[in-house]
Amino acid sequence: MTAVARLPAKAESPFQLGLVRLMENRMATASGLIAILFVLAALFAPLVAPHDPNDADLFRRLQPPVWLGGEWAFPLGCDGLGRDILSRLIYGARISILVGTLVVVIATIVGVIAGLAAGFIGGWVDRSISWLVDVLLGFPYLIFAIGLMAMMGTGFQNIVLALAYKEWVVPARIVRGETLALRELEYVEAARALGASRGHIMLREILPNILSPVAVVATVRMAHVIILEASLSFLGLGVQPPTASWGSMVADGRDFLVDAWWVSTFPGLAILALVMAINVFSQGLRDAFDPRIQE
Amino acid sequence: MRIGRLIERIAGLVPVLLGVSVIVFLMITLTPGDPVEIMLGDSRSSPEQEAALRRDMGLDRPMVERFFLFLGNAVRGEFGLSFFHRRPVIDVIGERLPATIELTLVALVLSLVIAIPLGVLAAVKKNTWFDRIGTVGSLLGVSMPGFWFGILLILLFSVKLGWLPVAGRIGFSAEVPFVTGMLLIDTLLAGRLDSFVEAARHILLPALTLALPMAAILMRVTRSSMLEVLRADYVLFAEAKGLSRARVIGRHALKNALIPTVTVAALETGSLLGGNMIVETVFGWPGLGRLVVEAIFSRNYPIVQAAVLLYAVTYVLLNFIADLLYTALNPRIKL
Repeated sequence: MTAVARLPAKAESPFQLGLVRLMENRMATASGLIAILFVLAALFAPLVAPHDPNDADLFRRLQPPVWLGGEWAFPLGCDGLGRDILSRLIYGARISILVGTLVVVIATIVGVIAGLAAGFIGGWVDRSISWLVDVLLGFPYLIFAIGLMAMMGTGFQNIVLALAYKEWVVPARIVRGETLALRELEYVEAARALGASRGHIMLREILPNILSPVAVVATVRMAHVIILEASLSFLGLGVQPPTASWGSMVADGRDFLVDAWWVSTFPGLAILALVMAINVFSQGLRDAFDPRIQE
Repeated sequence: MRIGRLIERIAGLVPVLLGVSVIVFLMITLTPGDPVEIMLGDSRSSPEQEAALRRDMGLDRPMVERFFLFLGNAVRGEFGLSFFHRRPVIDVIGERLPATIELTLVALVLSLVIAIPLGVLAAVKKNTWFDRIGTVGSLLGVSMPGFWFGILLILLFSVKLGWLPVAGRIGFSAEVPFVTGMLLIDTLLAGRLDSFVEAARHILLPALTLALPMAAILMRVTRSSMLEVLRADYVLFAEAKGLSRARVIGRHALKNALIPTVTVAALETGSLLGGNMIVETVFGWPGLGRLVVEAIFSRNYPIVQAAVLLYAVTYVLLNFIADLLYTALNPRIKL
């Protein structure tokens, strides 16, 4: 709590306090910056990538990275079709980040609404939502997604749907729990006594107070979803070739492990780096914004 | 826990399992594509034959009726014929199941063996370099995509060093009489030590790949619960009595610190099931996970349906057991 002690005397909002604490956590800030770099690379892929990611040239097949005798034009080497690995990594970041973001955003919106409704309204609404949550939790995540992908077919939109169908359960459970706790507090009682409508209480009194745990969970889940998307792509159930995605790039490289380790290794490193950056950042976020877990 | 409460909780599983079966049923039923056409493939069949097959498979009945038919059959373990193998689904799955169970169990043991000593050490040596390496290690463990870690292990131990085999469960030359289907056990039962070593060499890398994320989580859990226990009065008292540090940790602290570890391990065993598909695909492990992935690509839906249901039911039961275990181990919690 040293950060608090050094704060100016004037009252600051919990958000500002959290932000100060987050900025003071160097590991978290660095990780946040790394994640932002990935996002920027993905956003500006056409400007950043040195080559067209699908530009194949069999003369450059399995060309090694520059430090192993390759050329500077293809710094991380080329894959089995002679495509530039660096450019494919940069374009592949788009799929990972976009799927991660979309799934988590959809899941958070649905989960918050479901959790608020279950926690606040109670009764059969709570029972039905909780039942659905329990049922969905009954499936191992990857198996549920694989089952759905098998049915719906592969492709970008279906990955997002397959993951979001189950992902909303996570925020829903948390929001339900928080809402149950807040519902009984005096200030909510007061709002009710003043004649505020259910909708008003849920959206104006309760929602703002549960946003920080929801945001923390959303970032943690983003890392999780990115790994899941990569796993689906690895199995061949993700976006289809020739679109570059990190998981399918790792799968492509399996055939060349003996001669060309770099084909599988770099996309895996990219996943690891992004997921780790998000994990460290979300840990920092939790330490900074969730006062209950601060020692 | 009182018997009445236990029965009540078992009864609570029924709606969840029912919901799980509804979803699995809908997954297949709402799939575009006619199962009859898939099953008949390219063979030239008359409309009458098609209609007969449709009737046999119950596809001409209303959906609700089909669901209860499916449920009734599922309870009896009847999932129809595998499109591809032309044999009962349950037989095909039964053949693959021991390999998956064996892999999961070895991964579970490995993750406990890795996580508990490291977690305890990290707690005892809190804030030292060992603890910090442990923290980074467990962060790596949860951030590492399993399929890539498996490939790295193959690259290092099989391709570069040539120490361990790349894929499969055992060498082609080894003949092991079938007892449990789990090679590590069957080879021992047959008294074939050479085959046992061979099987162990095959299972090591896949099991390690599967175990890593779980070990990372378990290590964190062990560390934090150990830290908590080390602050407890009874541990301070034991130390004050003059017992050695090792004895206090081994005898008094560990027993209680392991309660959360065991619970989380039981919970995470369920998630090992999901990892199976990836690991079995990477290592060519002939288990259920790989069967499902193959079935998806060959549109062998009865297999997918039965396997997803099996996975989900196992998962629900494992979570239930974890819950019971937590209650049983933790006398402070009364349900």
